[in-house]
Amino acid sequence: MKTSSRVLMVVAALSLGLLFLFPMWKIYLKAPQYPEGLEMHIWVNKISGNTESSLQNFNILNHYIGMEPIHAESFKELTIMPYLVIGFIVTGVLVAFIGRRRLVLAWSALLMLGGAVGLLDFYLWLEKFGTNLSPTAPIKVPGMTYVPPLLGSKTLLNFDALSLPGWGSLGVFLAVVISLLIYFLTPKMAKPQEILRPKPTLV
Amino acid sequence: METILNKLRKAAPAAALLLTVAAGTALQGCQKTNGNDATGATASALSSDAASQVYVAPGKHDELYSFLSGGFNGQVSVYGLPSGRLLKIIPVFSQHAENGYGYSEESKAMLQTSHGFVPWDDLHHPKLSRSKGMTDGRWLFVNGNNTPRVARIDLTTFETVEIMELPNSAGNHCSPYPTNNNEYVIAGTRFSVPLDMKGGTGDVSLDSYKDTFRGSISFIKVDQEKGDMDLDFQILVPGFDYDLANGGKGPSEDWVFFTTYNSEKAGTLKEVGASQNDKDYLAAVNWKLAAKYAKEGKAREMPANYYHNKMDKGTHTAKSTVKKKVRYLLPEDCPGLMYLLPAPKSPHGIDVDPSGEFMVVSGKLASAIPVFSFSKMQEAIKNKQFDGEKNGIPVLKYESVLAAEVKEPGLGPLHTEFDGKGNAYTSMFVSSEIVKWKLKDFKVVDRIPVYYSVGHLMIPGGDTKEPYGKYLVAMNKITKDRYLPTGPELAHAAQLIDISGEKMKLLLDFPTVAEPHYAQAIKADLVAPKSVKFHKLDENKHAYVAKKESDASVTRQGNVVRVKMTAIRSHMTPDNIEGVQVGDTVYFHVTNLEQDWDVPHGFAIMGANNAETLIMPGATQTLKWVPKKAGVFPFYCTDFCSALHQEMQGYLRVSPKGSNVPISFSTGKKKAASVALK
Ligand SMILES: [Cu+2]
Repeated sequence: MKTSSRVLMVVAALSLGLLFLFPMWKIYLKAPQYPEGLEMHIWVNKISGNTESSLQNFNILNHYIGMEPIHAESFKELTIMPYLVIGFIVTGVLVAFIGRRRLVLAWSALLMLGGAVGLLDFYLWLEKFGTNLSPTAPIKVPGMTYVPPLLGSKTLLNFDALSLPGWGSLGVFLAVVISLLIYFLTPKMAKPQEILRPKPTLV
Repeated sequence: METILNKLRKAAPAAALLLTVAAGTALQGCQKTNGNDATGATASALSSDAASQVYVAPGKHDELYSFLSGGFNGQVSVYGLPSGRLLKIIPVFSQHAENGYGYSEESKAMLQTSHGFVPWDDLHHPKLSRSKGMTDGRWLFVNGNNTPRVARIDLTTFETVEIMELPNSAGNHCSPYPTNNNEYVIAGTRFSVPLDMKGGTGDVSLDSYKDTFRGSISFIKVDQEKGDMDLDFQILVPGFDYDLANGGKGPSEDWVFFTTYNSEKAGTLKEVGASQNDKDYLAAVNWKLAAKYAKEGKAREMPANYYHNKMDKGTHTAKSTVKKKVRYLLPEDCPGLMYLLPAPKSPHGIDVDPSGEFMVVSGKLASAIPVFSFSKMQEAIKNKQFDGEKNGIPVLKYESVLAAEVKEPGLGPLHTEFDGKGNAYTSMFVSSEIVKWKLKDFKVVDRIPVYYSVGHLMIPGGDTKEPYGKYLVAMNKITKDRYLPTGPELAHAAQLIDISGEKMKLLLDFPTVAEPHYAQAIKADLVAPKSVKFHKLDENKHAYVAKKESDASVTRQGNVVRVKMTAIRSHMTPDNIEGVQVGDTVYFHVTNLEQDWDVPHGFAIMGANNAETLIMPGATQTLKWVPKKAGVFPFYCTDFCSALHQEMQGYLRVSPKGSNVPISFSTGKKKAASVALK
């Protein structure tokens, strides 16, 4: 693999770092009495909002319909995911060192799989929170569930809910796109000598 | 065409003015039927596009905040301009059942004085804090007339955060005036009193007024960062009545001016006794020099006893400190400190124009408005153009300081403000009108009737270097037929007048709360962005805070029961309390756990002898309650907080004294009783 490809591979691996800088996903709620809106931010390692108290305010609203309170501690995923992401970053950099085209593909595929699992998991917990409602909820609308949209918008009683990926997801997107580009644009045969040559100035 | 009123004005010699004053109301009647341009013909005075000029569409904000004093209600009311929408009532010197101010355990200390708990006062003059001579939107200072006090309102919360009592003062009317960088807030006494030189008044014969009565001017130092006040020193002044204060700006910014009446020193029937001298005085005090004298050891000290009450942001609790001494200066000891300028007659307003050169004195009983020149005053002091002295204070010659007199302005000039475009506007109490005149030639150029008997008027920033010369607000004492009648007591009125053009145009009038005396206004964008939305629960340092529901508790200590309660949409924790006995003193320390804007919770319990409390998000407030009979007492939230607000309630069981029902409390399923402390 050419030096430029290796550098790109490092970039792909490091772009996953965006997950620690920005939320992966954002859910926006808007209602007549919340003109300023309420935002829930889902990070790779935590759940927050656009303000310090957004989560509390989310939960206050949710308690009317009997939804379980949302806390970061409710999600095991949030303790595991950071390590997975760090794992991908480390292996990505290793792949760049090794410079094998096939490994790039494997890394990319695993990452896509990870992303898909993540999305599925996210969908499942939206489903769980939105449908697993307390039978003693103060407000019960027959047949109503409160699953926010995975992507896009939906009306939930008086709220307009909008769900969109955050900048953190861009990291995953970039990692996949860049690594796939490397795979497809790198010539199949790489000279072994080139692989063995040390590259101390790589990063 | 000359009106009857104008004829009268011309014909009336100075001596007949009193009679004219008495006939004021009758004259208004004449005006009405007379039908000329200065009359009460409402329709003709109202400009045709008035409605669009004051229309602030739903959801849109006003350009300005205005703060109107409430006079005898002890409150400040906040109105948006130009809409005239009432935004808030801020209790200052009065208890306020609406939010428990003065009733809650935390706020009671705010109303403590050396006379005990004084839950009322007469609030006349709001004054905004200043930076470089311009209002800065940080604090509002106000005076309490009756039991002399000065208060500070924090404009991030619109709450009264500090009240200081003033010793050696009576009728704190001439108050408060903040200097151009909030160095001092200056407050003068209205009534002179026989000082006992221990901070109070002496037990003397009332006949001894001339010999024993004195006035005082208090210099309250303001912390530049936090705004906290501290009485630095006082000046003991001759025994006149001191009416209003205002400060210089630009060249005159080291000076503060006070109008006085009763230079006759009459102690009885002042109506006549204090109206004899053709001229009273404008007292000019060099406040920078006064501060220097005080600092350099010219100040003497006397014992005193006055309260200083402060609300602590962290604990949401007010604390009183009793101060035991006060420093004072005597003008006769301090050359250059103070001068008297003769001013006709029983002057009320003293107003310095934006350039700082002209001091306009409105003599309620005078037939002309004298305008003094600051540069001439400086010249006269230099050249010692004195006309004798009073109590060791030099009196300057009237002609030596006079710039001009505004002739025939109307009847009963009271107060003047400026538009920053070279015009002055004076309210005329007796002839119920606002008169516009030019500072250039002191000629009257326009007048507009007001309904009725205008006291003060206000131009936003009209007492600063750069007035916002778009609107003028007239504060009227009488409304008679202006609104639907409401029995003998009618609303007072504020009238909004467009002063952007050559002619004044009436735009709107709106009823006000109690009696507005004076007002200040400021551009909304200097205040609104800093408005606090809620208190941070993490920063709540109240002694009995419960920051989460698991912190809630009920504990007994002798016959005191403390309930640490939390409130959140839509329940209180605990909502079942047992073990309280008749005669216990129960304190409900309620913490509002919300961290969202505009979600206060209230707390009220049946039979409480005080009020409710209204607890802002993140704050803790305490209601004291002494049950007098056994039974079950409901309590509930009084602020419609949510769809389940009506359900936000609980029960407290009261058992007879000595009963063996243990203290217990719960919300939902019962929790173990907390240990009773004996
Ligand atoms: Cu409530």
